[in-house]
Amino acid sequence: MSAQAARIRRLDPAAITGVMSREVANFRTFWKATTFSSLLEPTIYLLAFGLGLGATVVNKVNGLDYVEFVGTGMVATAVIFSSALPAMFGTFVKHRFQRTYDAILAAPVDVEELVTAEMLFISLRAGVYGCFPLLVSFAFGLDPTPGMLLVPLFAFVTALGFAAFGIAVAGTVSKIDQFNYVTTLVVTPLFLVAGTFFPIDQLPEGFQILAQLNPLHQLVELVRHAAFGFEATDLLRLGGLAAFSFAMWRLAVRQMTRRLVD
Amino acid sequence: MNELDPSREAIALRGVVKTFGPITAVDGLDLDVPTGICLGLLGPNGAGKSTTMRLLTGQAIADSGELRVLEYELPAEAKAARAEMGVVPQLDNLDIDVTVEDNLAVFARLYRVRDVAAAVDRALDLARLQARRKAAVDELSGGMRRRLLLARGLVHEPRLVLLDEPTVGLDPQIRTQMWTLIDGLRSRGVTILMSTHYIEEAERLADEVAVMAQGKVVARGRPSELIVKHAGRETAEVYGPPDRLAEVRAAAEAEGLPVRPAGPAIAIVGAERSSNGSVPEDAVRRAASLEDVFVLLTGEEAE
Repeated sequence: MSAQAARIRRLDPAAITGVMSREVANFRTFWKATTFSSLLEPTIYLLAFGLGLGATVVNKVNGLDYVEFVGTGMVATAVIFSSALPAMFGTFVKHRFQRTYDAILAAPVDVEELVTAEMLFISLRAGVYGCFPLLVSFAFGLDPTPGMLLVPLFAFVTALGFAAFGIAVAGTVSKIDQFNYVTTLVVTPLFLVAGTFFPIDQLPEGFQILAQLNPLHQLVELVRHAAFGFEATDLLRLGGLAAFSFAMWRLAVRQMTRRLVD
Repeated sequence: MNELDPSREAIALRGVVKTFGPITAVDGLDLDVPTGICLGLLGPNGAGKSTTMRLLTGQAIADSGELRVLEYELPAEAKAARAEMGVVPQLDNLDIDVTVEDNLAVFARLYRVRDVAAAVDRALDLARLQARRKAAVDELSGGMRRRLLLARGLVHEPRLVLLDEPTVGLDPQIRTQMWTLIDGLRSRGVTILMSTHYIEEAERLADEVAVMAQGKVVARGRPSELIVKHAGRETAEVYGPPDRLAEVRAAAEAEGLPVRPAGPAIAIVGAERSSNGSVPEDAVRRAASLEDVFVLLTGEEAE
């Protein structure tokens, strides 16, 4: 192997940042619309659930005002919707319709670097947008705490897993319509059984066990604990999320290699 | 840098086979591209040209055979080989909302170019797009986009360039602009492998032509050599009603002269060899062409 070949190593940071620079260049063209909807969506949810449901049906949940309960829980909603869905649709469109990946893989970039870069960029974005519900919640009465400074990290780690999940799905389906199965059968149940809008201890026991396996539920718990006091098990939760993200990363690399290399 | 002996091959393929299920796209392909030439890979759709291009970038893995590109073994060293080659794809896959200069800068980074700004400037000069550097790709004309696509593949000054049907679907004026750019590359000593199914493109740009059919090279040489070897000196085109064309065809084939369809006419190839009057007197005689060779060897109408 030549010197040049030796310099171009596995998971080369130059390749990863190069791919991410493409994402940044594109994101600069549509960030306003994305940011607008990321701010408006939690506002609408908090108005509807927090003020509407909270004022008329539910007052306190697990000792928290319903606005505080929903506002902290909605970080998970923002994370999955700003990671899994853009990863699924973005990856499919870039591969199938825009042929972007053909161009990138003709450069000294391999599929592992491509997937890693896409995951990292989506997750950085989701880490920021995931915090928007908290920021909006401050306007609705949630008090800021020092622990909340860790929320971007929790959101980022979780988003890595869901971005990789979305990429893996995009590398598996043959038609874009098949995403409907994934959103209906996977994303929506995960989002609903995360403890965002109601505590999972009110669910039947089987669902409670399933909810514990739901990465979004673990994120909800971490965010609530960041706002209202950490617990000893939170390190385990974070470790679980990191393991989920690692497993999804490897799956995404495998599926995309099958898809992109004949 | 992995220095090549100029006398050696920039690309060397031996017995390369690539199948997709029951379809054999590349079937025992042997292909050498010496350093510094422009080799035209000429073949009809489905001949295996695009698959060959993907094999050379490691985006397809051969079932068997040996592949060396710029002295790198593929697929193991495909990434290192790609660092030293440029690829211009058949389909426009530019980022259309992004500016011209950002499209180039992204690829300069992907190719690990140290001075990205200088590389972008150089590529803009080459594509004559300096004045549009801040424009989004979506605002460019078709010709400008095609030139940008070429400049993107050259942003890191590669030693080897793969052009996959570089002018497919373009109008004649834009095609001529692209030919001028490609010709400029060739004169600077860049090795070029250009797949095309346009005869004129191969004749105008390629030092040598390899004709591909059914996944392998069926003829190789300079265009003039191929014409003399496979089509002789002269082709006679005969026009008339179908019954008459059938008679003329039968007579020519009985004399051992190859005959091919040529739109409303038939073309008798190697007409100068006729000695028994099988070529009618009213036939239109012209110099044999690469198109005659292409159709004879591939059985397909040329474009």
